[in-house]
Amino acid sequence: MSKQQVKMTVNGTEVSGEVEGRTLLIHFLRENLGLTGPHIGCETSHCGACTVDLDGRSVKSCTLFAVQAQDSDITTVEGMAAADGTLHAIQEGFMQEHGLQCGFCTPGMIMRTHRLLQENPDPTDEEIRWGISGNLCRCTGYQNIVKAVRYAAKKLNETTREAAE
Amino acid sequence: MIPGDFEYYRPNSLDEAVKLLATHGDDARVLAGGHSLIPMMKLRLAAPEHLVDLRDIASLTGISEDGGNILIGAMTTQSEMIASKVLSESCPIIRETALLIADPQVRYCGTLGGNVANGDPGNDMPALMQCLGATYILQGPDGSREVAARSFYEAAYFTEMNDGEILTAVRFPKPTAGHGYAYKKLKRKVGDYATAAAAVILSMKDGNCVSVSIALTNVADTPLYAQAASDALVGTAIDAATVDQAVALAEGITEPASDGRGPAEYRTKMAGVMVRRAIQEARERAQ
Ligand SMILES: Cc1cc2nc3c(=O)[nH]c(=O)nc-3n(C[C@H](O)[C@H](O)[C@H](O)COP(=O)(O)OP(=O)(O)OC[C@H]3O[C@@H](n4cnc5c(N)ncnc54)[C@H](O)[C@@H]3O)c2cc1C
Ligand code: FES
Ligand code: FES
Repeated sequence: MSKQQVKMTVNGTEVSGEVEGRTLLIHFLRENLGLTGPHIGCETSHCGACTVDLDGRSVKSCTLFAVQAQDSDITTVEGMAAADGTLHAIQEGFMQEHGLQCGFCTPGMIMRTHRLLQENPDPTDEEIRWGISGNLCRCTGYQNIVKAVRYAAKKLNETTREAAE
Repeated sequence: MIPGDFEYYRPNSLDEAVKLLATHGDDARVLAGGHSLIPMMKLRLAAPEHLVDLRDIASLTGISEDGGNILIGAMTTQSEMIASKVLSESCPIIRETALLIADPQVRYCGTLGGNVANGDPGNDMPALMQCLGATYILQGPDGSREVAARSFYEAAYFTEMNDGEILTAVRFPKPTAGHGYAYKKLKRKVGDYATAAAAVILSMKDGNCVSVSIALTNVADTPLYAQAASDALVGTAIDAATVDQAVALAEGITEPASDGRGPAEYRTKMAGVMVRRAIQEARERAQ
């Protein structure tokens, strides 16, 4: 089978590469682009560790072919912190609230939270739990993850309010 | 977990997609959201040599009302259906059902067309479409034809759809204003297919049930339209004895597999429980 050229924007930079049709997006991100933030947990569309943001949707990058992402705009956890290294409010929330232990699920949790908070900037605890229900964590018991999301929502809303004033 | 390789095509028009399928015959498959097909390809339960991605065919996406009907394009995603104002107002059971499918990430990708064309008895939309009396619109090399959801499913992964056909849209009559509805699904965890599930839509007038339709998910190798159970409720006040009768009739048509979701007898009983709860809730919601 012939290889195909793909091009997409990842974390604000246009990238391209040659892939087989069957190359999964997660493999393209990790192996071709060296972005090892998105993790491979289950490879069966269940755990959400591979979650990235694609054209305004959270997607499991183990369940998309790289060719499907042609011309799309992708953000991975590597694209969250500011250029000077200042953590994004969501990353800060996970740190402050102890929202991780081993950290394996964290990149997916952060990317899912990123989209959730854009769709629902002030979610209830229940909405947070349903919102991250496609992301599994084997360590934390989720309690501190919910707190981390709440921390991030509060901080992001304060920043928006300050900017408006 | 690496799928077999394939040639990938992303046509801009339905015509082009139909032509590609005709050229490559049964070596070709349509790709929609990929959230049933890619997992099957990883397991090598499917190994298409040509994949025709429908995502650039704009005419396949969207939700519209046309007279008394609602038309949903095959490539409309589950999350688009959840967000749809038209559906929330006219047919809220779709939102209720879609929210019970998988998780947010899967719902951003999974499409209505993929869910109903797939033929997996675990999918939730097929029974709902049977409950709504929906019609599937198929486009093939020889033109377009329509098949009722209630006669579309033949066996697990076998449907009325021929090789080379593409499902373009689903159409159904808007349920009457003030109808009651419920989709009840028993599952072991988020992201699980149903152990058993039931869709119920009914209308009441002066305390009596004037119309009802009931359909079941994942308790046979196809979705099941429960005609006799539905008929049993029409013309009654939906009293306890009639509900018992409808539940028994619904249980009677199930033929579930015994698997990780439980033995067949249990799943039949759970189908009954889901039917009972769905009837009750639909009755309470009906105006
Ligand atoms: C973790 C997980 C949990 C899930 N849980 C549920 C659940 O609880 N309930 C549920 O209903 N589903 C569930 N799904 C399945 C999910 O909803 C799928 O997205 C959906 O069934 C298929 O839609 P798709 O757009 O992804 O189709 P695809 O995977 O792209 O296609 C599925 C099949 O349909 C064919 N096809 C697709 N579109 C068309 C078309 N327009 N015309 C002709 N043929 C077409 C394809 O060729 C393929 O054979 C789950 C999936 C995952 C990964
Ligand atoms: S690795 Fe993609 S969902 Fe688990
Ligand atoms: S912190 Fe270990 S899996 Fe979530």
